[in-house]
Amino acid sequence: MNGFWVMLRREMAMAWGRGGGPLLALTFFVATATLLPLAVGASPARLAAVAPGSAWLALALASLLSLERLFERDYEDGTLDLLALGPVPLEAVAFAKGLAQWLTNGAPLALAAPVVAVALGADLRLVPLIFISALIGGLGLAFTGGIGAALSLGSKRGGVLIAVLVLPLFAPPVIFGAGAIEAFAGGLDWHPALGLLSAYGLAAAALGPFAMAAACRNALS
Amino acid sequence: MFQALANPQRFMDFSRWAAPILGIIAVILVAMGLWLTFTVPEDYQQGDTVRIMFIHVPAAYMAMFCYACLGGASFMGLVFRHSLADAAGRACAPLGAGFTFLALVTGSLWGRPMWGTWWVWDARMTSVLVLLLLYIGYMALQAAIDDEVKAARAASILALVGLINLPIIKFSVDWWNTLHQPASVFRAGGPTMPPDYLWPLALMAIGYMALFGSLWMVRVRSEVWRKRANGLALQAAG
Repeated sequence: MNGFWVMLRREMAMAWGRGGGPLLALTFFVATATLLPLAVGASPARLAAVAPGSAWLALALASLLSLERLFERDYEDGTLDLLALGPVPLEAVAFAKGLAQWLTNGAPLALAAPVVAVALGADLRLVPLIFISALIGGLGLAFTGGIGAALSLGSKRGGVLIAVLVLPLFAPPVIFGAGAIEAFAGGLDWHPALGLLSAYGLAAAALGPFAMAAACRNALS
Repeated sequence: MFQALANPQRFMDFSRWAAPILGIIAVILVAMGLWLTFTVPEDYQQGDTVRIMFIHVPAAYMAMFCYACLGGASFMGLVFRHSLADAAGRACAPLGAGFTFLALVTGSLWGRPMWGTWWVWDARMTSVLVLLLLYIGYMALQAAIDDEVKAARAASILALVGLINLPIIKFSVDWWNTLHQPASVFRAGGPTMPPDYLWPLALMAIGYMALFGSLWMVRVRSEVWRKRANGLALQAAG
């Protein structure tokens, strides 16, 4: 267990420290959202209708950004070899990486999501739910994305490949996350969507590390 | 049967006959199915366009069946580390993607006269589209890693992840769809299917299945040959 905390601290430090940390993902998030009014027109009525959904779409795209470096860095400099030999099981290492990805990337994006959504014209009443759904959804996005990152180790074209592998798997969290907000906005019961979103995130966090560890072992073999 | 065929040589001996025989069966069944397709009376509601169904529905069914085969081959490949299972997975994916693509295209062609639009974001169509993306992801991953064994194993892990995710995606898309547009109008297809329509549908479905089996074996055979050729080339070089 001690080893796990060391790993988690290390991953957090790496994620914050290098290349501006979550700032890059945040900037990408805002930049994507900026293009939306330019693409669909700035009329407030039209923007307000698509604001929560677009915020979720931009969120899913932004969470792809830092995935490429999640395993690649350790794979290239040989750290992953040592981690595979070390006392901490590779599954726990993968879990720590996913968790750090969520805390350093998903959480800041979740904080930015309501701001972006409101800027696009979403109702202020939606703010708490947008934050909560983005935060919970980020868990699923981080761990599902981690599988794609681990699988593309040793391939020639990391970034695009990860996006192709992972984006279809992002369908359920996007549906549930945007669905909860839409249900709330429409005066419907939003609890089931949020519950399903949490279930997806927890299942991804529970099962994802096994797939990630298997993929890492395969890349190292 | 799996155990006996797991031996590459025995598989080659078996598939040498089985592949062409299945291919002939497929040609006969699909020919009969197509003949019936063009001769059955037209639907009282849909007219001639109902004939698209006999191409479309079996393809959609095969799209899912192929993914199940892909998942099975991937599981075998990961658990037993058998090269033939890896080859089977590799050979299966483009076939499955082909059937999925056929289902989407024919569905779109059918949708134009029936619903008045090429594409609707209906639950089924959306989840079949996601299925196509999963196939493409599998092939892209397979192609992006140079080491063949590693590529096969990574792709197998992805196939299993996709297999677990498929029911979730299906459920979520259904759920999303009911949230957006309850009581789909597209279901006004008519009463249960008359035997006139059931026959060509069944023939086409079995014919597609035989076609898939035949092509699958041919592709696995060529994988085995390719590996042997690589081995010989290495021997000659070294």
